[in-house]
Amino acid sequence: MNIIVEAIITGILTGGIYALMSSGLTLIFGVMEIINIAIGALVILGGYLSYVLQQYWHIDLFVSLLITMPAMFLLGLLLEWAFIRPLKRDRVMLSILVTFAIALIIEGVLSLIFGTDYVQLHAWYVGASINIGGFYLAYIYIFGFLLSVVLLTGLYLLLYRTKFGQSVRAAMQNRTAAELIGIDVEKVSMITFGIGIALTAAGGMAFGATTSFNPNSAYDLISRLLVIIILGGMGSLRGALVASLLMLVVEDVTAVVWSPVWSSTVFFILLVIVLVVRPQGIFGQLEARKQ
Amino acid sequence: MRVVKIAGLLILLAFAIAFPLLFPNPAVTTVAVFTLMFAAAATAWNIFSGYTGYIALGHAAFFGTGAYVMAILCEDWHIPAGYAPFSLIPLGGLVAALFAVPLGIIALRTRRHTFIVITIAFFFIFQLLAYNLRGITNGSAGLSLPIPTWSGDFYNEPFYYTTLAILLLALAVSWWVRNSKYGLGLLAIRDDEDRALGLGVKTGPSKLTAFVISAFFVGMLGALNAYFVEAIFPPFVFDPLYDVAIALMTFMGGLGTLSGPIIGALILEPTQQYFTLIYGENGWYLVIYGALFIVIILLLPRGIVPTISERWAQWRASRSNTVEPVVAPALNDNPTASNQGGRPLAETSEGVKEVNL
Amino acid sequence: MNILEVHNVSKAFGGIQALNTCSLTVEQGKITGLIGPNGSGKTTLFNVITGYERVDSGEVQFNGRRITNSSPDKVFAMGIGRTFQLTRIFPRLTVLENMHVAAQRNDLKGLLSRWSSSHEQRRAIELLDFVGITRLKDVPAANLSYGQKKLLEFAFILIAEPKVILLDEPAGGINPTMINHIGARIRELNQQGVTFLVVEHNMEFVMKLCNTVNVMHRGTKIAEGPPEAVRENPDVLDAYLGG
Repeated sequence: MNIIVEAIITGILTGGIYALMSSGLTLIFGVMEIINIAIGALVILGGYLSYVLQQYWHIDLFVSLLITMPAMFLLGLLLEWAFIRPLKRDRVMLSILVTFAIALIIEGVLSLIFGTDYVQLHAWYVGASINIGGFYLAYIYIFGFLLSVVLLTGLYLLLYRTKFGQSVRAAMQNRTAAELIGIDVEKVSMITFGIGIALTAAGGMAFGATTSFNPNSAYDLISRLLVIIILGGMGSLRGALVASLLMLVVEDVTAVVWSPVWSSTVFFILLVIVLVVRPQGIFGQLEARKQ
Repeated sequence: MRVVKIAGLLILLAFAIAFPLLFPNPAVTTVAVFTLMFAAAATAWNIFSGYTGYIALGHAAFFGTGAYVMAILCEDWHIPAGYAPFSLIPLGGLVAALFAVPLGIIALRTRRHTFIVITIAFFFIFQLLAYNLRGITNGSAGLSLPIPTWSGDFYNEPFYYTTLAILLLALAVSWWVRNSKYGLGLLAIRDDEDRALGLGVKTGPSKLTAFVISAFFVGMLGALNAYFVEAIFPPFVFDPLYDVAIALMTFMGGLGTLSGPIIGALILEPTQQYFTLIYGENGWYLVIYGALFIVIILLLPRGIVPTISERWAQWRASRSNTVEPVVAPALNDNPTASNQGGRPLAETSEGVKEVNL
Repeated sequence: MNILEVHNVSKAFGGIQALNTCSLTVEQGKITGLIGPNGSGKTTLFNVITGYERVDSGEVQFNGRRITNSSPDKVFAMGIGRTFQLTRIFPRLTVLENMHVAAQRNDLKGLLSRWSSSHEQRRAIELLDFVGITRLKDVPAANLSYGQKKLLEFAFILIAEPKVILLDEPAGGINPTMINHIGARIRELNQQGVTFLVVEHNMEFVMKLCNTVNVMHRGTKIAEGPPEAVRENPDVLDAYLGG
C-alpha cells in the first residue's frame, strides 16, 4: 500500500512538471489554434541550455532559468514571426508540418553539438531524497513541483489580472471579435507564443533534472504532451494541469502495481478511453455545429 | 487534349516498367523501390486524408502491422524463401484493415486537431505494443525474414515490380473513388461535413471506409517492406517520421489530387536517400531535411499540382481572348440584369480549380 | 392540412432563451412567412425543425409524425430541405458536383458508379436551368457571387424533391432583379405542390409572396395571419420598433 501512495505522490510531483511543459503547448493552441510540435524539442533545448550553464559556468539550475527563460522567450518570438505568421491557408495542417520541421532542425543542431549520449542535469538536490512521513521523496521532484506552482501561478495572474492577459483570453475565445475591438491579435499571438516557449525552458530544466535525456527524447516527450493536452481539452490550462496530474499518477501507479514496461502504454490507452466517452477531453468544448 | 494525356500516361507507365532494365544498378533500383513504396503509401493516405480533409498522422501503425504480420507468418507457417512470401502481402494489408475498423470508429468520433492527435496516440500505442508484447513480436530484438533465393544483382527486380503493382492499384482505387458518387461525398465532407450530412451523405461509413482502404494499402506496403529489408525492429517499422514523410509528400504534390502524392514522393524520397548517403543519420541530415521542409511549405503552400494547374488555366485564359472568361453572367431569362459582381475564373483567390489530374 | 407543426418548443443557449414555448403551423401547399426582429429565434427554430439543434422541450411534427430531435440527414430524407442564411455550399466542388452531392442514392451500386448517370445528370441540369445558372456548371462554387451561391443552394436541395422547403433569408444581400427571380421560382414550385416556410427581413418580398405570415419576438410567436393583417398588427409594430 505504501508504495502505491508513494507512487501517487511522485505522480503528482512529476505531474506538476508535465503541467508546466504542457501549459505552453495548450496556451499556444488556445490563442493561435496551432499545434506546436516543436515544444518537445524546445523542452530538450531548454534542458541543454541549463546543462551548459551548469557545466561550464557552474550556475545553479534554478538560477539558470533567469537566463534561459528570457532567451527562449525571444526565440519563441522569432519562430512565430518567421515560420508561423507566414502561414495563411490550411494553418492547422501546415503549422504541424512546419513545427515538426523546426523540431527536426533543433534536434539536428543539438545532436551535432552534444552528440547522442544521454546527459542529466546535476545539483546537490538531484538524486538526493528527503524522508517525509515515511516516504522517500526526491528533492528535485519537490523543487520541480514548486517551480511549476510558482510559474503557473504567475501565468494565472498574468492571464487574469493584467490587461495583456485579458487580450490573450479574448483572442482565445474569439479571434475575430478580439480583432474587431481593437486587440492586435498578431502581436498578442506572438507574445503568447514567446511565453509558451519560455515556460518550456523552465520545463526543460525540471525535466532534465529528473530524467536523463538526449536529442531523441523529443519524440517521446511531445507525444506525451499532446496526449495530455487532448485529454485535458485543447486550449484549456485547467485541463493541462488536471490531465498532467492524472496521467502521471496513473503511469506511476501502473509501474508499481503492474510493471514499468506497461506504464507508457497505459498512458496512451487512457487517452483513447477518455476520448471514446468524451471526444472533447475533460475541459474541452465540442466543436460547435455551424449555424 | 485527352489523347495527349492518355498517350503521356502510357509512356510514363512504359518507362516505369522498363526502369530496372534501363538502370540495373542495384543502388539505383533500391532507391526506386523505396520511392515507389512511398508513392503508393502517399497515394493511399491521400484517399483518406486528402479527400476527407481529416489529417491522419498514425498510418505508420498500419505499416508496422503489415510488417509484423509478414514476419510472424513467415516464421509460424514456415514459409520458404522465394516468391512465396509475396503471397502474404495481401494478408498484411487485410490485418491492417481489420485493425483500422475499430481504430477508425474511435478516432472518427473526433474532429480536426483532436483527430490528428488521437491518430498519433494510436501509432505510439502500436509502437509500444511492438516493444512490449515480446512473446509475439520478440520485442526490441526484432524479427527476421527468410532470405530471398535470387541473387545480388537482380535482387531488387521482383520487389520493384510488386511495389509498382501496388502503386498502380492504389492509384486506380484513388482515381475511381475520386470519380464516384462516394468520392464526391468525401469531398463534400471535406468542405462542410455537417452540411453534407444534412443532405444525406452517410458521413460516418464514408469516412471509415476511406480510412480502412488507406490502411489496407499501407499494411501491404509494410509487409512488402519487411521482406525487402529482411529484418524488422520496432523503431524502424513503427517510425514517426514515416507519417510525416507521406504527409509532406502529399502536401507538397497537392493534397486531394491524384498525381500530387506521387510527384511528392518522386521528389522527396530520392532526396532523402541522397541526404542519408551523404550525411548519414546524424545531425546534419536532420537540420537540412528540416530546413528543406520549411522552405517547401512556405513556398508551395498549396502543393505543386494545384499551383501548376492554376497557372496553366490562367495562361490558357489569357491566351484565348475569344473565349469569354467565366464571369457571373446575366441570368438566362433576364438579359438586362446587372452584373452580379462575379470574378473571372483566372483570378481565383480562395477557389481552387479542382483538376482531375 | 398541416404538413409541419411545432408545439411549444423551447431552447436555451446558456443564459439566452432562444425559443420560448414557440408554436407554429405550416399548411400544406402554402407559402408561409416567418418574420421578426433580429434575435427573435427564427434561425434557431429552423435549426430545431431540421435537426441541427436539439430542443429542450416541445415537439416537432411532420405529417403528423413526431420528428423532434431527429438528425439532419433523417429530416432531409423525410422530405424537408433547407437553406442557410450564410449559404452553405461546397466551395471546392463545381456547381454540377454540388448538385450531385445532394442527389444521394441509397443503393450500393449507385454509390460506386460514376456520378454522371444520365437521368441524374439531366435532372441536375434541369434544376440549374430552373434557377438560371447552367452556364456556371463547371465553375468551382467558391467563385460564384453571393446571389449565385444562393441559387445553387436552392437548386441542390430541390434535387431531392423535398415536400417542404425552409428558406432562411432567400432575398438577403442580393439585388432586386435577383430577388424577383427567386420569388418567381418559389411561386412556380409552390404551384407544383411544394410547401414553403420562408424567413425574411425584406417585408415587400414577404408580403407579396406569402399566403400567411407568422411573427416571432423573443423566442415566441406573437402574431399570425394574412400579410395585410399582420402588417397592421400593433403588437408586431411594437416588436420591431420597440424591442
